[in-house]
Amino acid sequence: MKNARKEGTWEAKRGLAQMLKGGVIMDVVTPEHARIAQEAGAVAVMALERVPSDIRSQGGVARMSDPDMIKGIQEEVNIPVMAKCRIGHFVEAQILQAMQIDYIDESEVLTPADEKNHVNKHDFSVPFVCGATNLGEALRRISEGAAMIRTKGEAGTGNVVEAVRHARAVLGSIRKLRVTPVEELMTIAKEMGAPYDLVKYVHENGCLPVVNFAAGGIATPADAALMMQLGLDGVFVGSGIFKSGNPQKRARAIVEAVSRFDSPEVLAEISRNLGEAMVGINISTLPDEERMANRGW
Amino acid sequence: MPTVGVLALQGGVAEHISILMKLGCDVNEIRTPDELESISAIILPGGESTTLISLLNRWELTRPLIAMGEAGFPIFGTCAGAVLLSKEIDEKEHEVKQSSLGLADVKAVRNYFGRQTSSFVESIDVTGLCEPFKGVFIRAPLLLPLSGNVEVLSSVEDGPVLLRQNNLWLSSFHPELTTDCRIHRLFLEHHGILKGSG
Repeated sequence: MKNARKEGTWEAKRGLAQMLKGGVIMDVVTPEHARIAQEAGAVAVMALERVPSDIRSQGGVARMSDPDMIKGIQEEVNIPVMAKCRIGHFVEAQILQAMQIDYIDESEVLTPADEKNHVNKHDFSVPFVCGATNLGEALRRISEGAAMIRTKGEAGTGNVVEAVRHARAVLGSIRKLRVTPVEELMTIAKEMGAPYDLVKYVHENGCLPVVNFAAGGIATPADAALMMQLGLDGVFVGSGIFKSGNPQKRARAIVEAVSRFDSPEVLAEISRNLGEAMVGINISTLPDEERMANRGW
Repeated sequence: MPTVGVLALQGGVAEHISILMKLGCDVNEIRTPDELESISAIILPGGESTTLISLLNRWELTRPLIAMGEAGFPIFGTCAGAVLLSKEIDEKEHEVKQSSLGLADVKAVRNYFGRQTSSFVESIDVTGLCEPFKGVFIRAPLLLPLSGNVEVLSSVEDGPVLLRQNNLWLSSFHPELTTDCRIHRLFLEHHGILKGSG
């Protein structure tokens, strides 16, 4: 007797993220943006009402997007469509699952709905991606069921410095764990606030058990290639594309840069003449309460 | 030691490499036409087919790959890789105007089983394997033969999921997302790249 078909398994959830590796996931706010992203070679789009830089400048409570707006994007493109729910807002997540969204981003870019708890992502057949600023946070999210991790960076700033900080923190801790004696793992798990079995997994395998992308502040092909050379699996680009002078050209250049991230000659060629990059923000001028990366725990 | 290429522009590249290494192959990652020269077979991994098509064109790999496929070079495409190999590409929900290598007499129906919430795992029987294989289907295409030259090696209830046309192998599932090397071995042994174990 053959095994019956099983949907929404861990392999299927994690597997889609594995197929996105080496790719660029682009924030889009209209079906037209989504089409531009798909034509430029995006591996997926993130459907949202406002890109992070607008959320930042307009303020107010940022929530899940209108289902109608998401549906318009699903109808426009055949690449996977992701959407964001607020941290801890499991009903927004239920709605997104009912709409057959391909991936949910439980995102600090939206205003958190729960100050203590994240969504129990094991309850869902749709996979989740979550942000992390360090290894402990990444492992807590994976333990809750996240099938993909990304750096938080500082969304909507066009400044890659925070994404680099988070990537180095996560990857640096992984490198250290790899050579840590087994008897020290429990203490490390306690200090990180991460489950012992996942700490042990990282020690044994030298990587997270899920795909790990860069996000937050990536604005140029060089930024994207930097994140890839640091050791991440792919990149999210938010405001960096559609807040720039020539979105089509920049989107394509970032896709190309990620596919050939270790060839400086190629990167020099594709970085030429892309028009204005988005105007950036210096993180040191951002007051703490305006930093999105501080949301989530 | 045989050297097998894995197209490394986007997608599940590392997973194929790890299976090929377990089988004792040397592996070359392929990003440029020059890198195609010293390999005896190539794997086109899963990923996003629209992205892969555009990158194959951008890095000038489309034409050499078509020439190699027509000359009988062994090529195995998994999921999006199988879509690249197919002569016709279709989709249920959207109009698709894709075309790529177009080497196999196969019509690939993209996302046949639905969106990600319908991605699934199912145990499948495969011609040439004694025991069933764990098929991981992620937004998978259905692969419909367009001529009698195409041999169906495995099917699910909905239709064919593993096909061979001479040197071309197409799977709609991801053998690289398991730790099971048997389908890669089948492909490599069939073309004399690995010696049969029996």
